[in-house]
Amino acid sequence: MAAYYQKEIETASYEQIRAWQDERLVNTVNHVWNNNEYYRNKMKAVGLEPGDIQSRDDLWKLPFLTKDDLREAYPYGLMSAPLSDCVRIQSTSGTTGKRVVAFYTQEDIDLWEDCCARAIVAVGGTKDDVCQVCYGYGLFTGGPGLNGGSHKVGCLTLPMSSGNTERQLQFMTDLGATILCCTPSYAAYLAESIEEKGLRDQIKLKAGIFGAEAWTEEMRHDLERRLGIKAYDIYGLTELSGPGVSFECEEQTGMHINEDHFIAETIDPETGKVLPEGSRGEIVFTSITKKAFPLLRYRTKDIAVLKRGVCSCGRTFVKMSKPMGRSDDMLIIRGVNVFPSQIEEVLLAQGLTSNYQILVDRAGTTDSLEVKVEMTPELFSDKVDSIHKIEADIVGALKSMLGIAAKVSIVEPKSIVRSEGKAVRVIDTRKLY
Amino acid sequence: MAIRQLSVFAENKNGALYEITKSLAAARIDIRAFSIADTANFGVLRLLVKEPTKAAQVLSENGNIVSVDDVVGVKIPDIAGGLSDILRITTAKNISIAYLYAFVSRETGNAYVILRVDNNDHVEEILEAEGCTLLKEEELH
Repeated sequence: MAAYYQKEIETASYEQIRAWQDERLVNTVNHVWNNNEYYRNKMKAVGLEPGDIQSRDDLWKLPFLTKDDLREAYPYGLMSAPLSDCVRIQSTSGTTGKRVVAFYTQEDIDLWEDCCARAIVAVGGTKDDVCQVCYGYGLFTGGPGLNGGSHKVGCLTLPMSSGNTERQLQFMTDLGATILCCTPSYAAYLAESIEEKGLRDQIKLKAGIFGAEAWTEEMRHDLERRLGIKAYDIYGLTELSGPGVSFECEEQTGMHINEDHFIAETIDPETGKVLPEGSRGEIVFTSITKKAFPLLRYRTKDIAVLKRGVCSCGRTFVKMSKPMGRSDDMLIIRGVNVFPSQIEEVLLAQGLTSNYQILVDRAGTTDSLEVKVEMTPELFSDKVDSIHKIEADIVGALKSMLGIAAKVSIVEPKSIVRSEGKAVRVIDTRKLY
Repeated sequence: MAIRQLSVFAENKNGALYEITKSLAAARIDIRAFSIADTANFGVLRLLVKEPTKAAQVLSENGNIVSVDDVVGVKIPDIAGGLSDILRITTAKNISIAYLYAFVSRETGNAYVILRVDNNDHVEEILEAEGCTLLKEEELH
């Protein structure tokens, strides 16, 4: 039996959701027009006035907002409530340029924590659970968001923050944590440490809420098996509040978007044209309840698919698929859109690791795609035929996934350069411009 | 009875084999026989060494991918027709051979052929029944 944190909202009829969205969108547009010069100028630049937005159907008229806007308006340019009403900031890591700072009123924080509480209840969390939060606390939204959600549900909350694995494992075993909130890669690291220390019998975890980075279905199965849990995805962006913009339920087939707070659209990343629900494209969010930092038509650069329909869990909120890549990661090879994450999915499914590199080149007018991936001890054989079969299997799986042929080379372990930060996955040597 | 053989994955690139032999040399591991299967992109180096367990460990620690497999070694007279006699038997008995290679031992002065087959025990029985002498791993020491 599915449980909800806010049943009437989470299972509301489509008409009710539309009514909330229409009303709240109009309120938000008026709010930014009255309180924020940056938005007012942006709307004036395209000849819009608040009265032009009467409902969700008029959403397309509003100009997009991008990360560049947020950087340009840094630090206070997009603050849309008086400083006296704002009580907190959160910030992005700033790895891709200037930091982005988001502001919150107390009410904004309250609504954000509600979203996180919905995610925790959706994975079976109750006040009898012990919830270990090992997302970073501080400027990063992961820790504060799940911490607040966990409080609202009434879980005993362990505000661990990230790192110090020894201490994480000690509290996890001593206090009998039942829900784990962290990044999927840290969950994998914890699983490895649990195996090394032989602690598997002392772990009481039943569910994990893993987000803040991309992960695959294969990684989900791996974490579920190794930790003896159900692993759930959660999605969010600092700019939009943090984790909890959307969350997975027991069905694990996509993340319900909290549509009473956010309107989601899918657009063609090239043209900006709105695509029908169900198409694959870049997801654009409009926040409709935030006061300090409302974002209208914010381009996430995440590529995903929206799927509407009543879920077996009873929730009516539209579901978004796991992001299939970033629109700025997308490669166009022989006219076909290719995301590195699709290639990674194929490699992991074939038993290889995520140590791979994608080489794109052009001979004459024809693009070539080569995938280099490291050999693993499990797949290696002294018989050349077996290795050729692995290569052929990968070529076949890539062909059916991408629709184009790729050359596959299996290389020695550790021969693909590791990097401290983001791995260099794609080397595109085409001279296209 | 079967002999343990080491196989190492090697990319087709300058220095790949040198790196492997260098780490074996540093561990003072004596290579008694080897062969290489080469393809367009990679090679598989197959080795018979005195201490296969230690050699596998050395190579793994060095970051190489190693597999240890049992192979059949059989003595052949170092004369014309020596290899042909062995293959006559395997052909008659329908034994499929994934690969084979030969080497000569300086100590014993004998030639040996190494066979990679699916069922070692079965092949060894057949060869012994035909009067062949099998190579024992101790003889590599």
